[in-house]
Amino acid sequence: MGLDYSQIVNGIIEKYNGRKEAIIPILQDVQSELRWLPPEAISLISKRLKISESNIYSIATFYKSFYLKPRGEHVVTVCMGTACHVRGAPKILEEFERKLNIKEGETTKDHKVTLECVNCVGACALGPIVIVNEEYHGQMTKVKVENILENILKKG
Amino acid sequence: MPRIENFEELERARKEILEKRVSEKVTITICNGTGCQAYGCKKLTDSFLTKINQNGLRDKVDVRKTGCHGFCERGPIVVIQPYGIFYQRVKTEDIDEILKETIENKRVVERLLYENPITKEKIEKEKEVPFYKRQLRIVFGKNGLIDPTNIEDYIAIGGYEALAKVLREMKEEEVIEEIKNAGLRGRGGAGFPTGLKWEIARKSVQSHPLKIGYIVCNCDEGDPGAYMDRSLLEGNPHLVIEGMAIGAYAIGVKEGYIYVRNEYPLAVKNATIAIEQAKEWGLLGKNIMGSGFEFDIKIVRGAGAFVSGEETALIASIEGRRASPRPRPPYPAQQGLWEKPTNINNVETWANVPIIISNSSEWYRSIGTETSKGTKIFSLVGKINNTGLVEVPMGITLREIIFDIGGGIPGGKEFKAVQTGGPSGGCIPKEFLDLPIDFEKLTSVGSMMGSGGMIVMDEDTCMVDVAKYFLNFTQEESCGKCVPCRVGTRQMKEILTKITEGKGTMKDLETLETLAYTVKNASLCGLGQTAPNPVLTTLKYFRHEYEAHILEKRCPALVCKELINYYIDPDKCVGCLLCLKNCPSNAILGGNKMIHVIVQEKCIKCGACLEVCPKKVSAVIKLSGEKREGPKEPIPVQEWRKMRGKESEK
Repeated sequence: MGLDYSQIVNGIIEKYNGRKEAIIPILQDVQSELRWLPPEAISLISKRLKISESNIYSIATFYKSFYLKPRGEHVVTVCMGTACHVRGAPKILEEFERKLNIKEGETTKDHKVTLECVNCVGACALGPIVIVNEEYHGQMTKVKVENILENILKKG
Repeated sequence: MPRIENFEELERARKEILEKRVSEKVTITICNGTGCQAYGCKKLTDSFLTKINQNGLRDKVDVRKTGCHGFCERGPIVVIQPYGIFYQRVKTEDIDEILKETIENKRVVERLLYENPITKEKIEKEKEVPFYKRQLRIVFGKNGLIDPTNIEDYIAIGGYEALAKVLREMKEEEVIEEIKNAGLRGRGGAGFPTGLKWEIARKSVQSHPLKIGYIVCNCDEGDPGAYMDRSLLEGNPHLVIEGMAIGAYAIGVKEGYIYVRNEYPLAVKNATIAIEQAKEWGLLGKNIMGSGFEFDIKIVRGAGAFVSGEETALIASIEGRRASPRPRPPYPAQQGLWEKPTNINNVETWANVPIIISNSSEWYRSIGTETSKGTKIFSLVGKINNTGLVEVPMGITLREIIFDIGGGIPGGKEFKAVQTGGPSGGCIPKEFLDLPIDFEKLTSVGSMMGSGGMIVMDEDTCMVDVAKYFLNFTQEESCGKCVPCRVGTRQMKEILTKITEGKGTMKDLETLETLAYTVKNASLCGLGQTAPNPVLTTLKYFRHEYEAHILEKRCPALVCKELINYYIDPDKCVGCLLCLKNCPSNAILGGNKMIHVIVQEKCIKCGACLEVCPKKVSAVIKLSGEKREGPKEPIPVQEWRKMRGKESEK
């Protein structure tokens, strides 16, 4: 089966004049359109740029910002920077993991929520900090975890 | 849009902008850095604009979205210029009062001022706030004055004059000499002399058959807890661009790259806008200011790999490969990007360049210590009252930064250590609080300057846990190319995990130390060579904490989960059911007005009970290595109190 991504992929490759060395920005742009890197899209990029699929996967798995699985409707990102760590970030992560019944890097079965970690977002004054769909939530506590989840699950 | 065709036109443009601005208008500057955005400054800015329009104040007031002011703890920050009135933690509800009182009646709104926590005195002016008073903000200070997306703001404060000076009256070698004489050293961590680096790169470009080379601005700020590079590029991008243009002229190259970390979308946005504007104004591109000099900059986004900050890995990443470092030599100055001579400097280093050129190397040399000149921006974070970015002269002591500027530790807790240099640095204990900070001094105590992260830790921080945190980080971020780093960091992490679980032996400590030296000496790049530093420094200064975990099965800071237990103090419990209802594993027994009891076998140690127990009750306690006796089953509170009463009578 597989959806047809050729229009999107070709458009992005054009933008970079089909340059092989632009593989990373090309993958970034494709991902920002599709929210992840489906195998069909990688296969298309491979053919157009004449880079082997294995080579593309070696890049896509090396860098943390590429997703080879579809992400949930909502993305919860827990900052694990040092400042957040000493202020209790691991407990916040555990709370999300327990409440959602998934581990870091996973998506709930209903594809509602993806739980991720990041090394530092540089908003250390608000630590521990959690980013929900690009919205920052600072000075997190377990009670706030519950509120966040209630909010996003209610929105559906 | 005026295109600057020659040096005189830059001067004229600046005068015109200033003339346009000399008016009765008051400017409300609102910090729009990432920190303040997290506090909701965007909404605040919009509301200010709407209210100003509604109240017909448009002729009287300007609103300016500025870069990061540094005092992130107190965001959103609003400064009313030209008075310099400093309002902190401003909310949309405060806007009416600010407009009415400060703008119309020229009165200060007392309640929004910063209050000195010790003297309780309200402070009106930004520069009088203790957090700012002890700083020397020669690089970072302009952030609060300009809108990073408006080149006119930068030109108004003398922007691009250093570039004009260089192009008009200095030979390439003279520029390099000036930077050498200033004593500027790389702000990315290693502290290599910048002028010397440029000289090597220049020679390399000159001897290249095509005379081609590149410069790169490294904004892959990966150290967790450090965000000064982001705030500079985000808050004052033209300063970085101007520094790069001066460097490109001195080294003799036409192309530059800014490599920005994936997690910094605002920095990418602002730098992109700034490059576009500089091109429109003729300050980048061909024939800059009519001098014949040509220079252009491209932005490359990182894709989320800590090791990309290493020079050879960064080059691999720009070339579209995995960011794996390679052995040096050849150094990037000889064979860098696309195998051409390449000079890489960090954001803060580039930002220092125009300041040196404008103010002279002699002036710059007068700041700092014998070996480290100028200022350094640190991000002061963790267990500290005034979290934020601070710029201080080299040679200031840790104590001055942490206690005078940072306002000490919150909640009356005791200072334990400060971690500098990120995952490559070390933990410095309180014995060294009076250490004057420079590149050499920090190295001498086993840490390093790094990019300038300064994470403060208090008595509630477990140093073994911190070491484990960093090893976990470096192990995950190791690119996997060389064995000592790939395998060594993993083994070290496993030993540390064992110790934090109370399963460690004294033999493990020996193995840990041996491994640490092997990884340090045998790894290919800086990541592996410095990865053991957090372990080595904690072993050196906090060995007793390791020993407590191993010998007494106790975590003195009550952090390591496997070694702590939660108890409910029966003398304090009022039987309110709060903890019982919030316990996710049903490990709490009790009832209304009954003493609650935690069933240790069921407890998952999440700490929810401690968090929800009302402050005035504070019945939940955390212990390590000791037990608290109490009733095994819930009994009525009254009954327990009676029993205790009788006991004390006896």
